[in-house]
Order: sequence, then C-alpha cells, then structure tokens
Amino acid sequence: MSSAFAPIRSLPGLAAVAAGLMGGALLLSFFIAPEDADQGISQRIFYIHVPIALTAYFCFGLGAWKALLLLWRGDERYDLESYVAIHQGTIFGSLTLITGAIWAKASWGVWWTWDSNQLVLFLTLFLFYCAYFMLRFSLPEGPRRSRSSAVYALFGVALIPVSFLAIRLAEDFIHPTTFTRDGPQMTGTMFTAFCVSWAAVTLLAYVLYRVELVGKRLHTDLRELREALE
Amino acid sequence: MSGGEYVAAAYGVVFVFLLVYVAIIAAKLVRLQRDTAELLELARRRE
Repeated sequence: MSSAFAPIRSLPGLAAVAAGLMGGALLLSFFIAPEDADQGISQRIFYIHVPIALTAYFCFGLGAWKALLLLWRGDERYDLESYVAIHQGTIFGSLTLITGAIWAKASWGVWWTWDSNQLVLFLTLFLFYCAYFMLRFSLPEGPRRSRSSAVYALFGVALIPVSFLAIRLAEDFIHPTTFTRDGPQMTGTMFTAFCVSWAAVTLLAYVLYRVELVGKRLHTDLRELREALE
Repeated sequence: MSGGEYVAAAYGVVFVFLLVYVAIIAAKLVRLQRDTAELLELARRRE
C-alpha cells in the first residue's frame, strides 16, 4: 500500500513560505518596482504572467521527467506523479493564456493574435497536454494506461524548448524579448520583483502539486483499505 | 478599460483560480473524511 502520509510533514512549512513569498512579490510588483515608461501600469501584468508561464513549462517538464522515470524504473508511483504534474501544468497553462490575453488587450489592443509564434506554440503545447487527459481516461486503469500516458507525456516535452525559444527563433517583434544575451532588459528593482514573483509562483505550484498528490494517494489507500475490510 | 483595470483583471483571475482550487480541495477533503468515517464504522462492526 502506498503511503499518503510521508510527504505531508514539510507541506505546512512550504505553504507558509509560498504565502510569504507571494505577499512579498505583490508588494514588490505594485509598490516598489517603478512604472514602465513604455507600457505604463499594464506592464505590471508581466510579474504574474511570465512566472505563471515559466511554471507551466516547469510542470509539463516535471510530468515528462516522472514519465521517463516510470518507463525507466517501472515504478507505478511515477504514473500518479506524472499525471498530477501535467494536471498542474494545464492549470498554470490556462492561467498563462488568460493573463496573456488580458495583457495583449491592454498592450496590443487585441485579445489574441495568430501572428505571434510564441502564442501559437504555447497554445499547441497546452492543447497537446489537454489531449493527454483524453488519452489517459479513455484507457482502463492499469500498466497499459500508465505506459501509454508516459510515452505521450514524453513526446510533449519536445515542444517545451521550441515554445520557449520561439521568440528568438522567429525574431518575433510582436512578443518582445525581455531576456537577451546582454541580460534582463529592465531595471534592478523590476528584475528583483520578477525573481521573487517567479520563486513565489513556482513554490505555490509545488505546494499544490504535493497537496493534490497526497489527496490522490490517500484516496487510493482508502480504496485499498475498503477492499481489505469488505 | 484602463490599464489599471486590466492589471486588476489579470491578478483577479489568478486569485479566483486559486480560490476555486482551494474549494475543490476542500470538497475532496470532505469526501475523504466521509470515506474514513465509513471505514471506521466497518472496522468496528468487524471487531
């Protein structure tokens, strides 16, 4: 029987740190970082949109890594970990698309543009991982489902670097490049606000990942206990 | 809409998503609590 209790111990501490970082990130983003000369106040969406997008990539990458571990070591616990990471990735992916659309409307005057390769590739990555759930739940529970889901999750990881580097590869002028070889194109305070926001969102995602994982393992444990008692 | 309203909308969406997530987790916890109570009852009857 898998145990749901081992990972719980560090969770409250991690959740408290995530909440503190989130508060610090909001403080830095709204009250310390200066207003952007070009975009004005709407640039402050950057401090939530970009960390969420990077976290979505991280979650999809984590899901693919766990899928690789499942195929490599054959340990079934990686199946649930891969599934939960991809689930988190789609949640943060949805938030990336929504906050990105709001920022696009504020900056470019449109909610969406098909001319930006970065946007289209992110949407492709997001829809690819949405289809992961259709594949997963169309198969009966068991090793075949675990392995098929793992192989699918691994295929999707190829889209992550392409999506991430799309701006540079296509020299996309609609979606500007903030991080160049010369460093971040922003002031030190703006960069600090961004880094704290990124740390806060990543840790929040990790806490949510662990909470969901504990819940799912507990559910499995209870189901096994019921079968043993009946 | 002004720039400030767009910023509020973006942060508001994230906040609402988090609230919905917490609500879903809370609902699942209630279900787990109910399952645990049922299993406890089942175990007591077997004793």
